[in-house]
Amino acid sequence: MLLEIKNVCKKYGKKEILKDINLSLPSGKIIGLLGKNGSGKTTLIKLINGLLSLDKGEILIDGNKVGVESKKIISYLPERNYLNVHKSVKDIIDYFGDFYENFDKDKAYKLLDNLDIKVGDKLSTMSKGMREKVELALVMSRKAKLYILDEPMGGVDPATRDYILDTILNNFNEGASILMSTHMISDIERVLDEVIFINDGKITRYDEADKLRKNSGKSIDEIFREDFKC
Amino acid sequence: MFSNDSPIYLQLFQKLALDIVTGKYKAGEKIPSVRELSSIYKVNPNTVQKALNELEGVDLIYTERTNGKFVTSNKKKIDSYLQKMAKDKTVFYLNDMKNLGYSYKEIISIIERIK
Repeated sequence: MLLEIKNVCKKYGKKEILKDINLSLPSGKIIGLLGKNGSGKTTLIKLINGLLSLDKGEILIDGNKVGVESKKIISYLPERNYLNVHKSVKDIIDYFGDFYENFDKDKAYKLLDNLDIKVGDKLSTMSKGMREKVELALVMSRKAKLYILDEPMGGVDPATRDYILDTILNNFNEGASILMSTHMISDIERVLDEVIFINDGKITRYDEADKLRKNSGKSIDEIFREDFKC
Repeated sequence: MFSNDSPIYLQLFQKLALDIVTGKYKAGEKIPSVRELSSIYKVNPNTVQKALNELEGVDLIYTERTNGKFVTSNKKKIDSYLQKMAKDKTVFYLNDMKNLGYSYKEIISIIERIK
C-alpha cells in the first residue's frame, strides 16, 4: 500500500477533529477525499504532509514515516495560495528546481506554455484562477508517487475547473496516486477511481466510485447529499 | 458526455461498442490507446482500461501484445453484436410501451403511422 493511516487521532485543544482514522490507499488510483466543510479533510491532509503532528496512531507513505523521505515522494498542493506573489513565474520554477530533486523544469514550462503565461509575469499580476493553474502546474511537474491536492478547484470558474481536471488527468502517471479533497463533487466525480467520505472526523465510506454508482443507480454527488443531509 | 449516475466504465464501453458496430472503428483497425481515449473522453485511464476489458470480454476487440488493441477482424462478431444492441433497444421500447398499456398490434400501428 502506498499510504497507510492507522488509528489516527487529532485534537485541537479539547475539540476532536479526527477520530480513529484508518485507511490503506493503493498506487495507481485517483482518489477523492470528500467531506463537508469542517469534516477534517484538510487536517488529515496536513498530517500526511507533516504540517501537523499526530496525537495518536501512525501514518506511513510507501513504508516511510512522515519526514524527509515522505516529503520527497509526496507532491502537495495546499488549500491556500502559498507562493510569494512578488516573484516571477521563472523565479518560482527555479526555486522548485532547487528545492525538489524530482522537479521537471521542462514539464513545468510546457504546462505553463499551454496557459499563455509569460514566465516574467509576477503572480501578483494574475487572477485567482490563473494563480491556481500555475500552482497546479508546479505540483504536477514533480515526479512524485503521491500527489495530494487540497481543494484544487476552490472558487474557480467552470472553464478553469475543466482545465484543472484535464491537467490532472494528463499528468497522472502509472504507479502514482492522486488524493484530492473537495466538496464540489459533481465536477470531479467522473475522474475518480475511488472515493472516501469523511464526516465529523470519521471515515464513513471508502469504495470504488463505479461500484457505488452501480449499487445505487445514483451519482456520488447524490449519495453524498443523502449521507450527509443537514 | 457521461452521466454521473451509472458506472462510467459501462457508459464508455457502450459508446465504444457503438463506434465499432457503426464502423467508426472498422474491423481489424487499431483503436486509440488508453492514454488517448482518456484524453478524448476526459475520464480516468483506469476507467478506460475497464471499458476495454469489457469490450474484449464480448470479443469486439483483441490485444496484440505490444502493438495495442484492435477491432476484431471477424465481421460476423461485429454484426451479431449490432443485432444484439438492436434487440436490446427493441425489448426496452416494447417494455415501455407495454407499461403504457399498449398491445403489440397497437404498437405496430403506431410505428406504421410514424414511418
